[in-house]
Amino acid sequence: MASFNRETLCIKIQTEDFDLTTEISALRQDHKNIGAVVSFVGTVRDMNEGDEVSVLELEHYAGMTEKSLEKIRLEAHQRWSLEASMIIHRVGKLLPSDQIVLVAVASQHRENAFHAAHFIMDYLKTNAPFWKKETLPNGDVRWVDSRVSDQEAAQRWAV
Amino acid sequence: MTSRTSAIHILYFANFREVLGQAEENLPATHNTVSELLTTLAARGEPWKVALFDNENLQIAVNHDIASRETPLKAGDEVAFFPPVTGG
Repeated sequence: MASFNRETLCIKIQTEDFDLTTEISALRQDHKNIGAVVSFVGTVRDMNEGDEVSVLELEHYAGMTEKSLEKIRLEAHQRWSLEASMIIHRVGKLLPSDQIVLVAVASQHRENAFHAAHFIMDYLKTNAPFWKKETLPNGDVRWVDSRVSDQEAAQRWAV
Repeated sequence: MTSRTSAIHILYFANFREVLGQAEENLPATHNTVSELLTTLAARGEPWKVALFDNENLQIAVNHDIASRETPLKAGDEVAFFPPVTGG
């Protein structure tokens, strides 16, 4: 089950866009006992802190990123009964309305998939080494600040 | 010359890389903890002291795991300093 192929399928860091339908099909493949799939897609907003944003650039810490996402994913599998899960996170230059992140979780019953997808996103926001830098229409460039609300969201799941 | 295996490899990310003007470097593995390493870096002057040593929001990773100032270091370790993460 935990073959090399399946492991690499679970976490992807990429510059390319992703197709939700294709990814969900891959996630469900060979799992006939799945009764629920919950997916979350994060997209680039054209506004932040009251300013228009024209470009969003994502940097990450290669090596640690994969390790931290896998840790979060496996923790979700320990907390809830899940059949499969995957995380895709894009890096590099993105434009407003572009897709940034996909979290998809499959389980036998919906409750576990809903909770696990929510948990993975909240932990990803505060634990995975990604940083956003935004360019405004006037050419100003600034690093996005972390939010206290994201910290609080992650703390909800503390055991 | 310090070879990578006898050194501590240090990485700086996001605005730290810009403020400090470098993405990575090697330092001799004579520092026993992250805190000792930070003391050496702070001695370089203001941007180093402000961005790293005095920064309450400083995030630290050792060998790809979240660490703290008390985390011990040994030759061959990879230490990363970065601001709070903002992915997703």
